[in-house]
Amino acid sequence: MQQWIKLASETTGEEQNVLLPAIYDIVWGGLSFLIVLVLFAKFVMPTMREITAARTEKIEGGLARAEQSQVEASELLAKYRAALADANKEASDIRAAASAERLAIIDDAKKAAATAAAAVNAQAQSALESDRTRVATELRRDLGLVATDLASRIVGEVLTDDARAQAVVERFISDLEKSAGR
Amino acid sequence: MLNTIANFKSAFALSEGDGGGFHAPSISEFFPGPILFKDTAFEFSRINMIGMIMTVVLCVFFVAAFRKKEFVPRGIQNLGEMAVEFVEKNIIEEILGHKGPRYAVYLTSMFWLLLAFNITGIIPFMNIAVTSVIGLPLLLAVLSWVVFNVEGIRANGAGHYFKNNLFPAGVPIPIYLLVTPIEFVSTFILRPVTLTIRLLANMMSGHLLLVLFFGATNYFLLESAGIMKLVAIPSFFMGFVFTLFEILVAFLQAYIFTLLTAVYIDGATSAEH
Repeated sequence: MQQWIKLASETTGEEQNVLLPAIYDIVWGGLSFLIVLVLFAKFVMPTMREITAARTEKIEGGLARAEQSQVEASELLAKYRAALADANKEASDIRAAASAERLAIIDDAKKAAATAAAAVNAQAQSALESDRTRVATELRRDLGLVATDLASRIVGEVLTDDARAQAVVERFISDLEKSAGR
Repeated sequence: MLNTIANFKSAFALSEGDGGGFHAPSISEFFPGPILFKDTAFEFSRINMIGMIMTVVLCVFFVAAFRKKEFVPRGIQNLGEMAVEFVEKNIIEEILGHKGPRYAVYLTSMFWLLLAFNITGIIPFMNIAVTSVIGLPLLLAVLSWVVFNVEGIRANGAGHYFKNNLFPAGVPIPIYLLVTPIEFVSTFILRPVTLTIRLLANMMSGHLLLVLFFGATNYFLLESAGIMKLVAIPSFFMGFVFTLFEILVAFLQAYIFTLLTAVYIDGATSAEH
């Protein structure tokens, strides 16, 4: 340093010490620093904070909004699924009810058919019974007549030989067959 | 270095005699003489004028950058945000962490003022760093000294603060005879001195180098004879290289000054030294 100072004084002839601060350099330098300090304190840094905060808020707000829509969407999905499940359940209920109804209808129809069949059957039975009764009555009456006829014939004719008797019997049977075939 | 400059000067002074000749850079570079208000506290030299111009440039730049406050920064606002974020990220958050915001205004404005005042060393027609005159470096170094001491006392209390700094823990008692004076000198005296000198000497030497090379270029090109004119080429090349180098130095010195101030504040405000 001494060298600088000596050099300075040698070369310029007057005392110029680079390490001696001049009052006016400090004044002007200080003024500059003060101006820049005030600029940063009152304007630059607050503005920067404001911008950064707004940006952070915007990003976080955006994220929150996205999250909210996500929640809303999943709620909507859950609702939709519940509605779908309800609808499915309702449909299956309806199907079950319909199938029960169908079974009931079939059952009813079967019962009705059975009843009708039974009625027809009964009617047929009774008709058959009456036919049978009638036939039996007729048969009994005819048989009586035939017997009477046969008896009278047997009584009326002289049964001298076997051939004659045989012919009479044969004729009776054929008559009988004729009357049965009627 | 200094002798070389002196030799240069005497050599050319002897050979040239009168009429122009080679003007070797000297200390008088840093005493440009007053323009206004001579012999008052407001004496205004060419260097002070450069300082005020750069102050205005800084103000205009930052006002222009943050005037619109856009969410999505455009154009100059990008630059402004980068300017602030650079100091906040690399110095304030890096060194001070959660304590940083308290000192953000101080450190950011200090960095940008220093960078603006350093870079004038390579700006055409300014050609001298405002910080190559001791006034502002000394002022800022003293301010940093006041700030870290005041903040240290505020954070730890005067007793703890001085005990932490002067009587570091874990040292055998007799050793304090040696350690305490060293700590006192290094912490409370040398810190502002080294801050000042580091910045001042870097800016002065940079300026002297540039004046030397471009002065020599000018001399060899215009005033030397014959083959000697060719010496202007390497001389200009060296001047160009050192101009680029001075950009780095201007940036680096602003960075180091601010960084060390942050480191001192961090050390002072930490509970344990």
